[in-house]
Amino acid sequence: MGKKSVIPFGPQHPVLPEPIHLDLVVEDERIVEAIPNIGFIHRGLEGLAPDRDFQKYLYVVERTCGICSFGHGLGYVESIEGIMNVEVPERAKYLRVVWAEMARMTSHLMWLGFTADAFGFESLFYEAWRIREKVLDLMEMTTGGRLIYSVLKVGGVLKDITPDMQKKILDDLNEIEKETREMTRTFLDDYSVKTRLVGVGVLTKQQAHDVGACGPMARASGIVCDMRMRGYEAYADLGFEPVVSQDGDSYARCEVRINEIFASIELVRRAFERMPKEGDLAVTVKGNPDGEYFARIEQPRGEAIFYSEGHGKPALDRFRLRTPTFANLQALCETLKGAEYADVPILILTIDPCISCTER
Amino acid sequence: MGKVKKSPWLLHYDGSSCNGCDIEVLATLTPVYDAERFGVVNTGDPLQADILMITGGINQQNAPVVKQLYDQMPRPKVVVAVGTCACSGGVFRECYNMLGGADSTIPIDIYVPGCAARPESIMDGIMKAVELFQKRSDEHDRYEKEHKGEAGPVDPNINTARDKVRMKEMKGAADV
Ligand code: SF4
Repeated sequence: MGKKSVIPFGPQHPVLPEPIHLDLVVEDERIVEAIPNIGFIHRGLEGLAPDRDFQKYLYVVERTCGICSFGHGLGYVESIEGIMNVEVPERAKYLRVVWAEMARMTSHLMWLGFTADAFGFESLFYEAWRIREKVLDLMEMTTGGRLIYSVLKVGGVLKDITPDMQKKILDDLNEIEKETREMTRTFLDDYSVKTRLVGVGVLTKQQAHDVGACGPMARASGIVCDMRMRGYEAYADLGFEPVVSQDGDSYARCEVRINEIFASIELVRRAFERMPKEGDLAVTVKGNPDGEYFARIEQPRGEAIFYSEGHGKPALDRFRLRTPTFANLQALCETLKGAEYADVPILILTIDPCISCTER
Repeated sequence: MGKVKKSPWLLHYDGSSCNGCDIEVLATLTPVYDAERFGVVNTGDPLQADILMITGGINQQNAPVVKQLYDQMPRPKVVVAVGTCACSGGVFRECYNMLGGADSTIPIDIYVPGCAARPESIMDGIMKAVELFQKRSDEHDRYEKEHKGEAGPVDPNINTARDKVRMKEMKGAADV
């Protein structure tokens, strides 16, 4: 038995783009316990809800996180539409799905890059980010922004995707799919990559269930939970099937996210096929929200819950957001127990941490 | 960009941004935009960094960390604030936990606006920072040559006379 010592990890660390602090209790090279300490980017944006107009507060909610900004906006407008019983036009529903899925692709490609960087494969990192830029170009073409899109509004969407744009998106998606397939061969079959991922940080199905993991983290452990199965927006018409893997190790989590990229590409294609050719983009919303509503959305990192409560005033009384990374932090502490110190960066990255959502 | 003789190293830290600007800073360093062709390289170690890129405003808990990172960087150093949040506080300016823009805690040399700041403008900021770094390091070298072994004319913790004034102004915020 070696001596126990505490190694601080973060808040500023080369593998982390965002600050999170972990106290790692190590014995020789093994982690005995991990104690997370969050709050380095807590801004308190939920506190802004009572002094902003509910339409304008959308732009604050979108800035919860720059990676899944579309998803946050979507959850918020769904919660307001739920309170006010707004029926969104069919076409807007499909457009929302298209943007949500493309945002998921950028997020997963970004994550693949970070993971490659964490196990020291820099050219793979750059390759993933090169492909990601292509998706970002499509986003920019359709919405006008690379990361913060601001195309949503309560009652619909603000912009349309014209037939020309659709054609370009479909063409580019073919190319993106081809390149992603080539790149992921390295992720899934390369010997040296496998040595860093297979069997590292196993989270069993029971454990995942007990700590309440969500999103790809839970799906990689064999739990079928995906909010898109709820069929919000147009997902019900698109024949959505969740991507699940059984092993629960870092390799399985990698696999799930890679397959989700392809699933997203497929969903975008189907959405364009089944989208009504024309129609309104938004309905006019009158009055102020009076009531409360929970909206549940599948973000790239898992299930996010949006709670809005209003009492007939222009501003909401309360807005609350529960993010997937907060649930997955528990799973992270579970996988870190008994891990090698050298695997810590990879394990932290496999939950796909998004600290700025978590701390808001 | 004038004559640049040195290759400064970049350090990136997230004050309390929404992640948008962080990702754009990284995207600027990847091959599509490739800021590395201007001679900079990304590092994770403040002790070896020359240019600090800070994204997002500063909140209560992060202020001491940012201050410490700034102090750990060797002189001469340049600080770039990336994004509207870092410049002024942005949409989060009125949040209860925010101290304000990045200049509430450390002196900033270059402000890059945008929400999220576009890679092109970040690149512009990096080029300006490289230039400024060259100027400062020339000054530093000249001073060393002229005064061998003597104590410096300014407080060792600060960059220029302007910083000195600003550090005095923001003393309250920095000593959290
Ligand atoms: S400027 Fe905009 S994108 Fe950048 S950190 Fe602030 S809110 Fe996020």
